[in-house]
Amino acid sequence: MADNLPKTPQLDELEKGGWPSFVKEIKMAAKGSPMAVDLLGQLEQSYTEKIGHWKHGGIVGVMGYGGGVIGRYSDLPDKWPNISHFHTMRINQPSGWYYTSDALRKLCDIWERHGSGLTNMHGSTGDIILLGTRTEELEPTFEELAKIDFDIGGSGSDLRTPSCCCGQSRCEWACYDTMGACYDLTMHYQDELHRPAFPYKFKFKFSGCPNDCVASIARADLSFLGTWRDDIRIDQDAVREYVDRGMDINEEVISRCPGNCMEFDGKELHIENSFCKRCMHCINIMPKALRPGTDTGATILIGSKAPIIEGALLSSVLIPFYKMEPPYDDLKELIEEIWDVWAEEGKNRERVGEFIQRVGMGNFLDAIGLDPVPEMVAHPRENPYVFFEEDEDEDEDEG
Amino acid sequence: MKSVDEVADAMYEMVKDAQAVKKKLKPMDLTKAMIATYGDEVDKKLCKAAIKELINSGRCVYTYFGGSFIEIPHREGAAND
Ligand code: SF4
Ligand code: SF4
Repeated sequence: MADNLPKTPQLDELEKGGWPSFVKEIKMAAKGSPMAVDLLGQLEQSYTEKIGHWKHGGIVGVMGYGGGVIGRYSDLPDKWPNISHFHTMRINQPSGWYYTSDALRKLCDIWERHGSGLTNMHGSTGDIILLGTRTEELEPTFEELAKIDFDIGGSGSDLRTPSCCCGQSRCEWACYDTMGACYDLTMHYQDELHRPAFPYKFKFKFSGCPNDCVASIARADLSFLGTWRDDIRIDQDAVREYVDRGMDINEEVISRCPGNCMEFDGKELHIENSFCKRCMHCINIMPKALRPGTDTGATILIGSKAPIIEGALLSSVLIPFYKMEPPYDDLKELIEEIWDVWAEEGKNRERVGEFIQRVGMGNFLDAIGLDPVPEMVAHPRENPYVFFEEDEDEDEDEG
Repeated sequence: MKSVDEVADAMYEMVKDAQAVKKKLKPMDLTKAMIATYGDEVDKKLCKAAIKELINSGRCVYTYFGGSFIEIPHREGAAND
């Protein structure tokens, strides 16, 4: 089959250089996949004409599910019949993206039987992306995946597949069990994941510390960032070792501390923890000497999104510190309160962050029954979205 | 309280009427309409169960056109045979 590959001079350019090439991968898949052959042909045509040749489908899916399948059709089905249907399936990845080789082989075998054999590990939501299949193959693929304990993920106006960093399974800085929290909330909200009922998408992302390896603060409607509320642990011997080995501690660490709260007197490092911003900079630079504290949990932030309808937003603080211990009952209550208000009042395709911007954070907090706290203010006097009303008693007292 | 089937039937009629005039309804549109029509005889939980019933029975399907909607199954315009 590889001998029958269409001529692809433009795509071939993308095989040059030392970086991985998706063209190389599609050509490899084309040895056994007629879909991959036609995909190369259509893609080359698109590059030549500078026109995309995909049509969006909005109905295909598996029975009972409203998300996880993204319909695609070629608008040149006579020329490229093998990709006349080319639907994508999003499959819920395991927490922390851990697989056994056996699981990966089974996944690939299923996809070679039912689809193009092409995968994208992983999509920006975190899912396993299976690229290219026909409508009649969706149910059989779903059934086979279910037999090896994989399920479809989210798409459309639903809870998108939650994702997390590897957390305590490998990382010494994890301030809570990211994988446990991600798994718990994924299982608890199966209905919300598979049955779109929101104004638009909603994402949870769990990072175990402020390094935020899953970019939760930029990409999740509800961001969980591990943090600590006691003091950074310091091993003074290890600090001195860094200095003795030539580290310019003033230049590399102290002058770059955004809390301006560190001091080194030549022998000992002092941190005024009440001014620490929990940014991780010092810990990242001196991992042998510094560690997060032991009273750990997460800061929960709300409202980030990438630019699609409106511009990009970063999350802002909702709960400054939450212990993140199962069964997360009060967290679930809060999440459902947020969904209730947003589902009721949100406009079509309005992310929760945009909704908060429209109604005002003060009104939003009021509606979900949360009191404002100073940590919600990004910069003093800059975003005074909360107005503290004087109550009548105070008026009387003053009078 | 209304039964799940009664609410599902009423929702189905709404979806059918909307589709006849090429209008798409979201799950929340159906829920709000049921609460407006039946008042205390329904609540959000019941409406959620009714939508589940509509979808699981195959009478309706979820569709995606920019946002997610509930429709009666039909051949989509973009589909290739
Ligand atoms: S976010 Fe923090 S805890 Fe999670 S993997 Fe990255 S550094 Fe480790
Ligand atoms: S974590 Fe950041 S703010 Fe806190 S002491 Fe270290 S560098 Fe300073």
